[in-house]
Amino acid sequence: MGRKLDPSRKEKRGPGRKARKQRGAEVELARFLPPGKCGLRRPAEKRAVKAAGQTARGRSGFSDGNSKWLAPARAKKTQPKGSHVELSSDGEVEEGWEMEEEEEDGSSEEMVDDYGASSSEEEEVGTSLAGDGESPCASSLAVGDSLTVFPPAEPPDLHVIHQRIQGNMEVLQDFGAKREEGRSRQEYLALLRRDMAAYYSYSDFLLTKLMDIFPLPELVNFLEANEVPRPVTIRTNTLKTRRRDLAQALINRGVNLDPLGKWSKTGLVIYDSTVPIGATPEYLAGHYMLQGASSLLPVMALAPQENERILDMCCAPGGKTSYIAQLMKNTGMILANDSSAERLRSVVGNLHRLGVTNAVVSNCDGRQFPKVLGGFDRVLLDAPCSGTGVISKDPAVKTNKDEKDILRCAHLQKELILSAIDSVNAASETGGYIVYCTCSIMVEENEWVVDYALKKRNVRLVATGLDFGKEGFTRFKDRRFHPSLKCTRRFYRHTHNMDGFFIAKFKKFSNAIPQLSWLLPLQKPLWFFSQCSSLLSDEEPAVEAAAPSAVPDTIIMEPPPKKKKLEGSKADKEQKLPQPALKKKLSVQAQRRPLKAVRPSPKMMRPKVPTRKKKHRVKANGQ
Amino acid sequence: MRPLTEAETRAVFEKLGKYIGENIQLLVDRPDGTYCFRLHRDRVYYLSEKLLKLAASVPRESLVAPGTCFGKFTKSQKFRLSVTALDFLAPYAKYKVWVKPGSEQSFLYGNHVLKSGLGRITESTAQYQGVVVYSMADVPLGFGVAAKSTQECRKVDPLAIVVFHQADVGEYVRNEDTLT
Repeated sequence: MGRKLDPSRKEKRGPGRKARKQRGAEVELARFLPPGKCGLRRPAEKRAVKAAGQTARGRSGFSDGNSKWLAPARAKKTQPKGSHVELSSDGEVEEGWEMEEEEEDGSSEEMVDDYGASSSEEEEVGTSLAGDGESPCASSLAVGDSLTVFPPAEPPDLHVIHQRIQGNMEVLQDFGAKREEGRSRQEYLALLRRDMAAYYSYSDFLLTKLMDIFPLPELVNFLEANEVPRPVTIRTNTLKTRRRDLAQALINRGVNLDPLGKWSKTGLVIYDSTVPIGATPEYLAGHYMLQGASSLLPVMALAPQENERILDMCCAPGGKTSYIAQLMKNTGMILANDSSAERLRSVVGNLHRLGVTNAVVSNCDGRQFPKVLGGFDRVLLDAPCSGTGVISKDPAVKTNKDEKDILRCAHLQKELILSAIDSVNAASETGGYIVYCTCSIMVEENEWVVDYALKKRNVRLVATGLDFGKEGFTRFKDRRFHPSLKCTRRFYRHTHNMDGFFIAKFKKFSNAIPQLSWLLPLQKPLWFFSQCSSLLSDEEPAVEAAAPSAVPDTIIMEPPPKKKKLEGSKADKEQKLPQPALKKKLSVQAQRRPLKAVRPSPKMMRPKVPTRKKKHRVKANGQ
Repeated sequence: MRPLTEAETRAVFEKLGKYIGENIQLLVDRPDGTYCFRLHRDRVYYLSEKLLKLAASVPRESLVAPGTCFGKFTKSQKFRLSVTALDFLAPYAKYKVWVKPGSEQSFLYGNHVLKSGLGRITESTAQYQGVVVYSMADVPLGFGVAAKSTQECRKVDPLAIVVFHQADVGEYVRNEDTLT
């Protein structure tokens, strides 16, 4: 259809984000520059060489006449921590180096040892590799090491790191044969992780997570793929035009495009364009929507039918919502919800621009959902996530996410998925489906959440209807998920050429909310609580301490301990009381609690909701 | 969200009538179910009866946009059409203006249509008649008011304004925030 990408023609780049200097450009540069040069270019190394050659000054190329005014500078140089004095003209680069270095600094102690001393991985890698790349850098490093004056001024040599990564990868592929004696796999892996974190500038935490998900060769592919920007993709709005007409119109405007793939009848890939693709008259007239290839998939999995009631729980910026409307041919009803009023503006704009007339836009918290409105035929939950699948779009994710962020996301996602499931009417003739998707690749935000939903509600996983993508994990490290998690799909940049994505499709088979066995004790009498408190009186502090890090465990863990924990926290306060008094108190509690649980139910008309909320509170406490 | 009052309905229909004339009838009586106008936060929305039921169950303070926004009432109770109504004006428009590809962009940036950019115009357009503006490829771009009648357009000089700009689809990008 369109003109193919011609590599000989130079791609035009406007003065946009891509044209600006990006972090990581020095990585690219280091790969192309010859090793010796790249080593010596750095100010720190120049300094090191200078310092080493101070006795033989004549060699450094200035006359004695200059020595008078050069001397004080030398004195300054020998001051400890004077590293900023001779920032070269490319100060910005220098700063970048130092930042990276500081990142690494936490583990710098061993690193220095590795560099300087006799036996190290790096050394054996050097011997296994071609020697030419290694020798100049190693020597410069050795010089730098002998200089104790500027300990933090040594920038990590990316070229060396890159080579070491490759070498270590090779060794780890065939560990038995290639490893150095006396080195464990853990040591290799730790070094590799550190190197990768420095080379691709990831946080150590995220890289550890990624290493758990991917086997090593794939991991490198993944990290490399994250450095390359993806081509822009658009989706034809079939409510207003046809893909062929749109492609023709855009080609006339000087856009170079192609159909997206066999699986999509509406997608187009834009290779390059002489006009801004987000402001052509066709765009303004609503003939297409700028949308990543991966965000077409959840809607295709949802497979909305005409005249259905559909809920899009987190709809901003409205790309998926409008695709749903397009598949339904503007019939039926869509409730497009998002919790952020700010982001809803773009939803309203997009829906009007694309001519969607069957949507109501609302601004509720997704967690309130079955209360606001329920009984939908299908629900699409594009949950807020940590965004680890779209690192190339937002490189900040590389460093600013930690365990807490991910678990916070996961917690919110669990709440949302339960309300999504509750909002669906299982008795619906055509539907009863829920699609859960995230643009994250973390297991915590995907498989765990799905597994959690399977345990909590009467749903089962069904095939997504997408014939590509990787199967979800049924086992991950020490976790075992439900075997039906094979039906879920994962998408990666390096294998599927779209953003990292996760899609799961549920079918709800009963509107009843399973009453979990461990909730029954709420109605249970005294003996249960006394047992709990006796169990927990000594155990409590340990559980509390472990709680933040062990949150994922609480998901899989059999529920009773959690219950105990909750009760325990109450029991703990009353611990000072003598035993009989405690018993009495607890008996009061035991009477009060069931009352609490039962009281709201007649009012609410939906007896299940309060109990569900209760469960959440329990979990929140547990975490 | 509430139905329009008598006065409000009149204001809305008068304004719509300037662009689509008696075709308003077609907007209200549709073969695919009943459609109605509703007022929500001073804005007039056009939606089907079915959608109305759904929108009615969303709490008022969290309802952002039920159906299609046609325009809004100003503080002085005048009705102003917004570009979001274009989808419903364009198919029923009685008087149309086509702009040349060269001046398409200029119109989309909020400028009036000049004689030099005028491609075609419906015969017998009166002065100050509401018109819908199309590109030469028949893509609706916005609407406005004819500054000159068709007869006058023939002899006017190339830099004279022939259509006053009221709304254009460029507003989706320019002022997305004020659309609702």
